[in-house]
Amino acid sequence: MHYEELIREHAPVWPYPVNYGKEIEVSCDVLILGGGIAGCWAAIGAARKGVKVALVEKSATIRSGAGGTGVDHWHAAVTNPACKIDPLEFSKVTIENYGGWRCGISQHITSRESYDCLLELEKMGMKIRDSEDEFKGAEFRDEATKLMFAYDYTARYCVRVWGDGVKPSLYNECLRLGVKIYDRVMVTGLLNRGGIVGAPIAGAMGVNVRTGEFYIFKAKASVLSMFMPQRQFIFSTELKGLATTHRPSTSSGDGHAMAWRAGAEFAQVEQSGRGGGLPYGYPQYGVGNAANTWYACTMVDANGKEIPWVDRDGSILKTVSERYRPAPGQKYFLDMGMEYDYRGPMLSPDWRERVRTGEFTLPIYADLTSMPDHERRVIFGMMVAQEGRTLIPIYRTYTRAGFDPEKDLLQSYDGGWGGLGPPQWRTYSGGTSSGGGLVVDWDLKTSLDGLYAAGGQIFANGDHAYAASTGRYAGRKAASYASGADEPSSDRRQIDTEKTRVYAPLYRESGMDWKELNAGICKILQDYCGELKNEELISIGLKWLDELEAGEAATARARNPHELFRVLEVFNIITVGRMMFEASRARKASNTRLGFIRTDYPEVDPPEWQKWVTIKLDDGNVKVGELPLDYYGDMEKNYEAHCGI
Amino acid sequence: MSEDVRMYPNIVTPNNPVIFSDEVCTGCNECVEVCMMDLLMPNPVKGKPPVVLYPDECWYGGCCVKACSLWQEGAITLNHPLNQRVRWKRKATGEHFRLGMPYPPPPNTRPPAGGWNAKA
Repeated sequence: MHYEELIREHAPVWPYPVNYGKEIEVSCDVLILGGGIAGCWAAIGAARKGVKVALVEKSATIRSGAGGTGVDHWHAAVTNPACKIDPLEFSKVTIENYGGWRCGISQHITSRESYDCLLELEKMGMKIRDSEDEFKGAEFRDEATKLMFAYDYTARYCVRVWGDGVKPSLYNECLRLGVKIYDRVMVTGLLNRGGIVGAPIAGAMGVNVRTGEFYIFKAKASVLSMFMPQRQFIFSTELKGLATTHRPSTSSGDGHAMAWRAGAEFAQVEQSGRGGGLPYGYPQYGVGNAANTWYACTMVDANGKEIPWVDRDGSILKTVSERYRPAPGQKYFLDMGMEYDYRGPMLSPDWRERVRTGEFTLPIYADLTSMPDHERRVIFGMMVAQEGRTLIPIYRTYTRAGFDPEKDLLQSYDGGWGGLGPPQWRTYSGGTSSGGGLVVDWDLKTSLDGLYAAGGQIFANGDHAYAASTGRYAGRKAASYASGADEPSSDRRQIDTEKTRVYAPLYRESGMDWKELNAGICKILQDYCGELKNEELISIGLKWLDELEAGEAATARARNPHELFRVLEVFNIITVGRMMFEASRARKASNTRLGFIRTDYPEVDPPEWQKWVTIKLDDGNVKVGELPLDYYGDMEKNYEAHCGI
Repeated sequence: MSEDVRMYPNIVTPNNPVIFSDEVCTGCNECVEVCMMDLLMPNPVKGKPPVVLYPDECWYGGCCVKACSLWQEGAITLNHPLNQRVRWKRKATGEHFRLGMPYPPPPNTRPPAGGWNAKA
């Protein structure tokens, strides 16, 4: 007997009115699917065109999404008055830094519009300047504009911003512009015209995660703006809750899965990378390290001995100031500079080996105490406070417990937030922002008419500023399309089929819960789509995924609307898993940039495979295609022809 | 010790990501409305703190705390799991500290640059 049977009649009743299956129909010109950074900007971009906009969000738009808890770096702000880099040059060098494995469309849109978005945020109330002069005289501050910069203090392409309140600002702007927001509604599927897979998109369907009501959204144009899948490889709430994911765990690949089912074309889905040991890690941005939000903090060993900073040639840097400057003969460095040309200062890369030989004694600490005042305060006080998940989780929690950056050495837990973990613990894409997603054209339209993409939904895109820029752009392009489109027609059969699929877990008395199911899928991806791949592993993996989908997943159950949306998320995780296997099967070559090793095709980076491999559903079968890496063509010419400004 | 001994399933880990103060919390449910994961539920008793129904789903973003008008009075506090509590060393004295230790050093009361609610 299961314990649940004993307590069922004593369990408190669900706090919200439940109306499973009740239909609510909404019509609009432009429908935004996902209310994170990209989605809010898309809504704003569309609403400014005077069209009727609806936005659907699984969580609460005021704080939801990967950027919901804040942002500290505003990237690619090259058109700011203190930066001397031309936007086209910035796009080109960024793509070059990724070896060409970057979507030139989203890149150049961002280079052109990133700073404009930031100025608009300032008008919405977000602080972007040191107007109180707290940092007057700091090397990273431009005296004329009072803007503050990160990374390369000479080049000044990345702005430090007070972004904790970015989402409330965007949310209020959406409301001001008359965007109709549907919070707590999980979008479960897209509507194709005539209900035919591959046909133009006519809206979407969804379920309320508190009431179980069913939503039918009819729209002339839709923008898909959800984030990249986060729970494909690693899942365990026991270690530190759902905080095991770098981005919010509600990013379960819903957008990827529904676009796949609707027949849209994807690229770069075969990419995955080492997972960063997140399940055992300490709080993000709250461990002493020298990267990202903590760039370029001094690191010392247990005896106070400093780990040297070096430039790209290995020359030791004598001052803190030099950590923020290009090397001799270098024009500028990029914040994620991988190629030699764009590589910035770093902690001496052999420091871990020098720990082993006894030169440095563990534990290692981040030593803010020895940093110049402005640098200490801007790292722990501004960046740690404004970056996502830092104001309350780190700044407030640590200072309340007595941590003082002027007196204390914060222990470092290696590798950013906790080391790499075993090799099978991977993440979708190579890291945090740039990974597999929808193929787009210069209108940010996907391969399906009426469907646009923004932010993490676009393949090989970037982080927050990229989500903002592509969101704003996709919104106005979708609005233009909607203005010339006829009324959408949905297909009743497609709606009925979706309703049956969505509510099925509620009819089961027993069955697996969503957590065990999620963990089981992860294991299949770890075992068969991990570091090393071959045809045999991929075939077996797909077999087990099919078997799990027809078996345990088909009997998964939900007892209330919350469990229902979690089960539906896991169904999407299965779909994305299948996409990953199919994309991995399609690339018959090993590739360094994509972290992709095919042991049955051991030659690394053969020239004939230096191309995007695309996948889509076509008449029930997976159709593989390809695109040249630079399929975007002349960036400046195409941007000017399509941008619509 | 109670004579009334019952059967219970194990509590999930982490046990409790959000701590409410019965004295300060007014049960306004602003935190419930903002929670990214929808893990908090309104208390069946009006005016009482929300129920932490799904502690294992917390992403530790702190939005719930920030949404509370009484967070600085202690109505709601974010509580990192025990295996997530970082440690530090005071440079001058060599003392070791950690988050959540029984006898913590005095709090550092300096607000962040631009204050707790930085605005343009």
